Amino acid sequence: MTFERLTVSVCLVLASSAVRAQTPAELRWGGDAEGGAPYVEADPNDPSHVVGFDVEVAQLLASGLGRTPRFVQVGFTSIDAAAARGDFDVGLSGIEDSAARRSRLAVTVPYYEFREVLTVRASDANRYRVLSDLRGRRVATLGATLAYDLLADAQARYGIIPVTYEDDVHPYSDLMLGRVDAVVLDAILANRGVRRNPGLINQPAPLAVGHYVGILAPGQEALRDRMNTLLRDAMRDGRLEAIFERWGVWNEDQPRLYARVMADASRYPVAASSLAPSAAVANATVWQAAARYLPALLKAAVITIVLSCLSMALAIVIGALIASGRVYGSAPLRVTLSGFVEMIRGTPLLLQLFVLYFGLAAFIQLPAFVAALLGLGLNYAAYESEIYRGALEAVPIGQLDAARTLGFSERQILVLVRAPQAFRLALAPMTNDFVALLKDSSLVSVITVVELTKETSIFAANIGSWVVPGIMCAAIYLAMSLPLARLARRIERGWRHA
Amino acid sequence: MTVLDVRSLVVRRGGRTIVSDASFAASRGEIVVLMGASGAGKSTILRAIAGLDPIVGGTVSIPRPVGMVFQFHHLFANMSAHQNVWLAPVHVFKTPRLEAEQRALGLLAALGVGHRASAMPDELSGGEAQRVAIARALAIEPQVLLMDEPTASLDPARRGDLAATLRRLATEARTIVVATHDAEFARACAHRVLAVENGNVRNVS
Repeated sequence: MTFERLTVSVCLVLASSAVRAQTPAELRWGGDAEGGAPYVEADPNDPSHVVGFDVEVAQLLASGLGRTPRFVQVGFTSIDAAAARGDFDVGLSGIEDSAARRSRLAVTVPYYEFREVLTVRASDANRYRVLSDLRGRRVATLGATLAYDLLADAQARYGIIPVTYEDDVHPYSDLMLGRVDAVVLDAILANRGVRRNPGLINQPAPLAVGHYVGILAPGQEALRDRMNTLLRDAMRDGRLEAIFERWGVWNEDQPRLYARVMADASRYPVAASSLAPSAAVANATVWQAAARYLPALLKAAVITIVLSCLSMALAIVIGALIASGRVYGSAPLRVTLSGFVEMIRGTPLLLQLFVLYFGLAAFIQLPAFVAALLGLGLNYAAYESEIYRGALEAVPIGQLDAARTLGFSERQILVLVRAPQAFRLALAPMTNDFVALLKDSSLVSVITVVELTKETSIFAANIGSWVVPGIMCAAIYLAMSLPLARLARRIERGWRHA
Repeated sequence: MTVLDVRSLVVRRGGRTIVSDASFAASRGEIVVLMGASGAGKSTILRAIAGLDPIVGGTVSIPRPVGMVFQFHHLFANMSAHQNVWLAPVHVFKTPRLEAEQRALGLLAALGVGHRASAMPDELSGGEAQRVAIARALAIEPQVLLMDEPTASLDPARRGDLAATLRRLATEARTIVVATHDAEFARACAHRVLAVENGNVRNVS
């Protein structure tokens, strides 16, 4: 008891001294270096050092506050949650202004105006001019962005199919490959995508207009207001213009934005979108939003369960073949198969999915669902094969000898005696694996399959909180996995008395 | 009439010679007992005769199929006693299923375990499992029945029953070779006892 109390007080002293040491001197600012130039990019010459216009805006704010900027790496999709937790003082990473953000965080005045742009293949330039031309077509974007809200709205209005990516490179490469027919992203990303992929063009008419802002934890309004003053000063004296000029993204939209911000920052509209998306969701209560999202979550749950069942079926078939090969096969076959198993088990599933979907795209273009099915199926086949091999070898050799003296062929022995007993031994670990696969299926969102976890994160980003979406998502996963466990117990019991 | 003829049998396992020079014969209706201590090579001789262990030298002449009953019975754990008996006739010898099932019930009844036909192997006592294993071996109608340490899982009262059973089977023109270290049991059932020592077979009686 005394020891615990002592430990706690030591920790408190250490923690408070750490806080004292860093608060006055540093401005911790959060961003995602994966977003790349011109926002925040790791310097190729020194990856621990970041460059970009958001880096320079952070420096501008820090020097105005008399502090030293310190970069904190945060994944783009969790940047709101990290800001709310106070992981950094201000988030600056091409973060879009939205009603949801304003209702949950302290948000600075906008410092950059962007247009949402439709990018298509040059050959489709006359076919696909606006979103309504893309009925029934796949349109790519980044998840949890204004562009995604636009596509969700266009899905309801025109029946387009939104496809979300985790990064802004693959939407354009998949557009080149024909996996999607258009990309909607902000003009900075779109211009970069078109530069990298000759053969793509941006349609001139903007779909919507949005703004980049800094985000702070709720309760940090005083610091936010000081930052607003610093931003307005920098708009007035041309320092912001110089930053954006340096990164090649200054344009005629910015002076107009700055004039409005300097005139009246307090009542600034969220986004002058042509469609006014997301406001409907953002203004609703969490429960209304939950009710609105429930059908989408259930639909995503169907994707999860279908994908999991098909992948498991594939894993069982391939796993059984590998196991029989390893138990009965020739030496070269055994070596080949164990090499395959070790390779699959020794590398991350995430990497395997990337290789199957993006890496092989130059040779064979697998549809996302097929790539997900193959990736999960082959990965789990490796684990299943080990279970089956162990189970086959656990069947007493004596029974096999007895079968041989009775004249059974090795094939008959496997089918009639060995496999049925091995299957019963394998059933419990198999159920375990299936429940694990059900949850691992969430990884396929990186190759654009929207399953339950991905849909939940879109929902959470949209309402700016993980509490209700997280609970709903967990409830749906449990509703899928608990009956499975029960079913497996029933089968096992049934077989014992068969 | 000689049914089984083993000449200069040599069996090696894992680089070690288990049986160095075994020769013996058995005629129709005869019960031959191979006697010897554990590790003398009795079981290996039976396994080689049944074709389970490869023969390095010598010859074995025997009509197939050969019935074998193992020390630990090795009933198929995933099926009933009844199915254990009819499985090989149906799948190996292509006997019609109904006929095979009827014959299997007859064999189980003749061995006194007809009432246990639907039991799973793990529900049987040692003696019951052994009789089911004998029925399974007899179901393929072998001329020669090999039994490895049949008294190991039996209490003394049951040993007398088993000896009587083997005597009865022998009168039905079957040749039976039993490997055991149980001298009393050997006396109770054998027509002829052979001593096995260091992989060699020697005539005793």
